[in-house]
Amino acid sequence: MRIVSSVISVHSSDTAGVNSALYELGGMCVVHDASGCNSTYTTHDEPRWYHQPGRTYISALTENDVIMGNDERFIDNVVKSAANFPRCRFIAICGSPLPVMVGTDFDALGREIEFRTRIPVLALHTNGMRSYLAGVNEALIAFAERFCDDNVKKCSRRVNVLGATPLDFSVNGSIGSICRWLEEKNFAVNSVWSMNSSFEQLVQAGNAEVNLVISSAALKLAEYMEKRFQIPFVAGVPVGKRFADHCAEALKKVCQNGVSQKTAVDLRTPGKKACVIGETLWSSSLACALEMDLKLETRVLDPLEEEFAFTREGDLHVPDENAVEKAFAESEIIFADPLYKPVVPAGGRFCAIPHEAFSGRCFRKNMKDLCCKNLEKEFNIC
Amino acid sequence: MNVSEKITIPVRDCEFPQPFPGGLEYNAPARGMWNIVHTGMLLPEAHQIYVCARGCLRGVILTAAEMNAMDRMSWVSIEENDFFDSSMEENVVEGVTDILNKLPRKPPVVLVFLSCIQLFAGIDFPSCLAELKSRFPDIEFVDCYMNPTMRKSGLTPDQLMRKQLYLLLKAEKELEKKSINLLGSDFAADRSSELFKWFDENGILCREITRCRTYEEYLEMGKSSLNMTWIPQAVAGAEELCRRLGQKHLHLPICYGEEEIDRNYASLAEALALPVPDFSAEKEFAENALKKTLQKIGGTPLFLDYTATPRILSLARRLLETGFNVKRIYADVFIPGDKEDLEVLKKYFPAVEITPTLDVNMRFAAPEERNKNALSIGQKAAFFTGTPHFVDLVWGRGFFGHSGVAAIAGLIEDAWENPKDICEVISHKGWGCESCL
Repeated sequence: MRIVSSVISVHSSDTAGVNSALYELGGMCVVHDASGCNSTYTTHDEPRWYHQPGRTYISALTENDVIMGNDERFIDNVVKSAANFPRCRFIAICGSPLPVMVGTDFDALGREIEFRTRIPVLALHTNGMRSYLAGVNEALIAFAERFCDDNVKKCSRRVNVLGATPLDFSVNGSIGSICRWLEEKNFAVNSVWSMNSSFEQLVQAGNAEVNLVISSAALKLAEYMEKRFQIPFVAGVPVGKRFADHCAEALKKVCQNGVSQKTAVDLRTPGKKACVIGETLWSSSLACALEMDLKLETRVLDPLEEEFAFTREGDLHVPDENAVEKAFAESEIIFADPLYKPVVPAGGRFCAIPHEAFSGRCFRKNMKDLCCKNLEKEFNIC
Repeated sequence: MNVSEKITIPVRDCEFPQPFPGGLEYNAPARGMWNIVHTGMLLPEAHQIYVCARGCLRGVILTAAEMNAMDRMSWVSIEENDFFDSSMEENVVEGVTDILNKLPRKPPVVLVFLSCIQLFAGIDFPSCLAELKSRFPDIEFVDCYMNPTMRKSGLTPDQLMRKQLYLLLKAEKELEKKSINLLGSDFAADRSSELFKWFDENGILCREITRCRTYEEYLEMGKSSLNMTWIPQAVAGAEELCRRLGQKHLHLPICYGEEEIDRNYASLAEALALPVPDFSAEKEFAENALKKTLQKIGGTPLFLDYTATPRILSLARRLLETGFNVKRIYADVFIPGDKEDLEVLKKYFPAVEITPTLDVNMRFAAPEERNKNALSIGQKAAFFTGTPHFVDLVWGRGFFGHSGVAAIAGLIEDAWENPKDICEVISHKGWGCESCL
């Protein structure tokens, strides 16, 4: 499908999702792509790059490597580099368009690198053509499959937070707010996948009683953990006042009955008065909060996925600029990243919600931490 | 021993042109260097359209967004199946058509960028552009390339961009003898230099794309009889114009040594059939400026990096010969123009250190190396050394000749007296461009 845009931005890619999800976990991530292509991630997708060292590298792929099938250079360089990092927990390798096009076998490369380094390798299957959600999803599941400990001891009221990356939550304190909110509601944070938590904390994720999913990128991880560790989940980002309370109640209830729930979806009655565009779980959560706190019937516009995991009837998949423009025209109030503003119809009321995965660092200074916040104050909507 | 000391070598052991083995690469967060988007924006009124995978689009689109230029930037995203259903060309043609039909005003020029994957797959780019031209006869289309995997298979994307930028200049019946172009520089030349005073005295008009405000002004560059280039990345484009338009080309590399500067001026005078200018006063002024700066900063260790100027070894040599304490140069490869300076450094200043910027270990160099009493020239050197005393010099700015040397001396002095916020300054993408940050 051809996606065309005359003036709006593009979301982060799956390779950025992989790197972002694994950034703080003590491994080394290598994207098989051309020299310099890592600057996109390190400039626009990774707010931690300057101050918080991470090990994300590019293989400096050349046309000759591709034509000659020179996988050995890639393997050799990864092995040599890993030798510089004695405490390297794992190596993640992932692809970009050109290696994928010629059928590079990342699983085989991973096995070879693991054999030579004795370091666990996560071979991931990005192609640079899908959204960051696919990359975060694959990276987190691969990590869980490979490293999570089966020998777990269930701890009451312990929560894993799933789906935390700067691509969705920037570095504006939102994740800290979510953790504090959990503690205020008498839950203990077991691990956060994957910001501000260590490799060891994630390994012990099976100890939790419940998972809180805060990005659609982590839904499959939640389902995986439910199957493997019998941890049920609640899906919802605790934005606004009343919706946050509902999320807390849902967590308690799920701890009792063990039945997972998509709180952000279940509590909504979509309408067209307002719309929110973006990652669907966050957008659905905000839509719930707008409805509960501001009495705004809101629908979710999904520019990324087609699985509709967190959308309801009345919500809309908007894969390209024309669809976005048309959908915006049907609402009076638009909650969106500022880089959508050029397609907001004249007279439409615009509420800026910068999203790192869309506008990168352009509006980072204005990224909102809406966790448990009074939305009336935040948006000043009468 | 800190991280970068482990991978640093003395210049005496440096091999030309590649002193370090290749491998995985790190990317330091210094964003002042321009990319193909910044360069493409120099073409007045041009609209850029990228037809690429999402991962490739992201960097270029946000480059435009940060420079508040999204109204001149559009894109078509390609997906995996596009390569297997024979729709590559169709995607380009129909995607660009959709965009142009949507724009509120048709641009006179559209730069259409394709990426590695389409070129590797053998897309018929000329037929795409021919079809677009038949649909939009009033628009000029230029084939442009974002193909970094092919950087060792011919012209680099940077060289290609600086070549395609001038593709629309048309052959004139008669070239203006007293008009010349400065081609391929990202930054407008410093017009206060002795070069431009000399041009004024001799009635020479110098055109630069950086000073063109309209497409019409840009087209005027086709009238000049001589193309002057200062950076090696611009040479391929200038040679193409020689062939196509009959203009002459003279490469006068940016440099910092007195003799080489004088050689440049002699070549230029010969090309313009003018007497060799006497710039001895400017030469003396530059030398005095350097000495004054040296007096001020004394033996302060200097750290330089290759992003500061295309001729970093030339700058290092001039500083060393003046008596500055150049301790280290951050560079990954050298260009042919560096060879002579490298030999001089090896012979007379063998202990100067050379440190790679791309080596995987450099990720951990910066936090270890807070050297607040050093002075750096270039954004990467500022990041790696952590000194707030740094010269924010990117790719030579527009400095040239003896006055350029004096200007840099002034910047060094200023950097010593006025510390800067490293993170804030070097995070700005595309030195000199507007920024929304």
